[in-house]
Amino acid sequence: MTDQLVEKPTAAVSPEGGGWTGALRRRVERTLPLDKLMADRQPSYVASWIYVFGVLTLTALCVVTASGIALAVKGPSWWHVSGFGHYLNSVHLWAVELLMTFMSIHLVGKFFMAAWRGRRALTWITGAVAFGACAFTALTGYLIQQNFESQWIATQAKDGLNAIGVGAYFDVMNFGQMVLWHVALLPLAVGVVVLGHIVLVRRHGVVPPPAPREAARPPRTEAS
Amino acid sequence: MRLRARTAAEPDPYSYGSRHYDLVKEFVIALGAVTALALVLAAAFSSPDRKPVTIAAWAQADPADFTATALAELDGTSPTAGYGPPYNTASTGQRLGPIALAEAAGVTHPIATAQAFVLTPLEAVPQSPAVQQAVGSYVSASAARQAAWTGAYSDALTAAGGDPAKVGRGGYGPVPTLLDRLADQARSGSLDSQLMSEQGFYNTDYTLPLLFLADGSYLAADARGQHLAGDQWGMMNEVGDYPGQTWLAPYTFWYQIAPYDSSGNGDALVWGTMGVLGAAFVLVPFIPGLRSVPRLIPVYRVIWHRHYARQAAAPPGPPN
Repeated sequence: MTDQLVEKPTAAVSPEGGGWTGALRRRVERTLPLDKLMADRQPSYVASWIYVFGVLTLTALCVVTASGIALAVKGPSWWHVSGFGHYLNSVHLWAVELLMTFMSIHLVGKFFMAAWRGRRALTWITGAVAFGACAFTALTGYLIQQNFESQWIATQAKDGLNAIGVGAYFDVMNFGQMVLWHVALLPLAVGVVVLGHIVLVRRHGVVPPPAPREAARPPRTEAS
Repeated sequence: MRLRARTAAEPDPYSYGSRHYDLVKEFVIALGAVTALALVLAAAFSSPDRKPVTIAAWAQADPADFTATALAELDGTSPTAGYGPPYNTASTGQRLGPIALAEAAGVTHPIATAQAFVLTPLEAVPQSPAVQQAVGSYVSASAARQAAWTGAYSDALTAAGGDPAKVGRGGYGPVPTLLDRLADQARSGSLDSQLMSEQGFYNTDYTLPLLFLADGSYLAADARGQHLAGDQWGMMNEVGDYPGQTWLAPYTFWYQIAPYDSSGNGDALVWGTMGVLGAAFVLVPFIPGLRSVPRLIPVYRVIWHRHYARQAAAPPGPPN
């Protein structure tokens, strides 16, 4: 059904109404206003080197993604026969090492900050899931290198996955299946989880230090 | 109303005071630094690319191990032949207590080792009349007769120190002819491609050649030399001195200790343990005791020492 045409000049959005589109827009604006998403001030207690590892993790993920896309353009075998391809593979490898190192430090820091306090449990959960998803993505990367290490890791990893029934559907010795998981399915999963994590961080803000009396009792969570 | 009440109970991070901060500038600087670091590390240390082991190289370098493995595939005593799901029903697979997930998932990649690794590759290429006759007589023999032939040849190989050339005459039937010809095909390199082509022209599934390689001891010995064996922290390592997947240490750790390192259900036990630990890791905010660790080990006081110092110097503190 088409609404009646309005001839006089109007704004692009209706302050109220607007159907599902309007409802979704207002929900997004309410949940994550731009001044929270792109704040230009930060709480005074954010003054420690440990905070750097969040943005380092994110930027390492960007380098991993960019080098991975560059490798994907020429296909999975290219890096074995091209010097530049081998260098790009090296960039990809070291970016992954940096990513996992930065993320590990970030996680340890957030654990000791009890960063789930103040209705931030989901922020912690998405971060922890992102770590697992990145580790699993890295494993599939090692499986598709097409060298000795791929052979060995595949023959070892199969036993663990077969033991819990996963190997029946996720065959680490199936190169084609692993390529698709590594370059499509798992990056998509990592991207969604990381995006959700960032949105939650921006929405709830950086967890404040516990007050002296708060430090004497268990940190509050959504569940408590 | 409930949402408002809960929101109001949480202190606004900005109520503690704030300072100027350029989010985009910080991101761009960090991106530049991490990119530069990755480029430098790649230029300085490159990345390992040890060539894969081929069946041809295996058969040439260690013909005794190749023949022993092929014989085990033929008589159904290889690790793959007795593996169970997802390759066959020779066993029920590993269990986690009463839970048999491998068995429940079933056989999704059926492999009959004698056919897949020995007979099909021999039948796939033109053979001499003697080899054709050997294949025919083995295939048409009863299971008991086949077992008698392979058993006798296995004993003779053991007595000869694994060297087929030193095996004397005996009641082995067509088995030596089959294995000699298979070894010839392997050394020439044709067995590598034959195992790949069993599933069709377009194929990216290396399950067959990898299982065949893994059933022998050549690949494992090579991996041990590269400190990649299970009791050497296994696949978290990388060839040479590269750091590898150090983040898998919490997983590979369990393979180093009892009962995981010796149990027939070791893999299932490790995954069960990691499942519990992984759930605890994700659900830390909801687990009493675990979520109190940051309070008991007050590292947060170091992280926020400036905040607490400022608070002590200029009370009152931030609103709560």
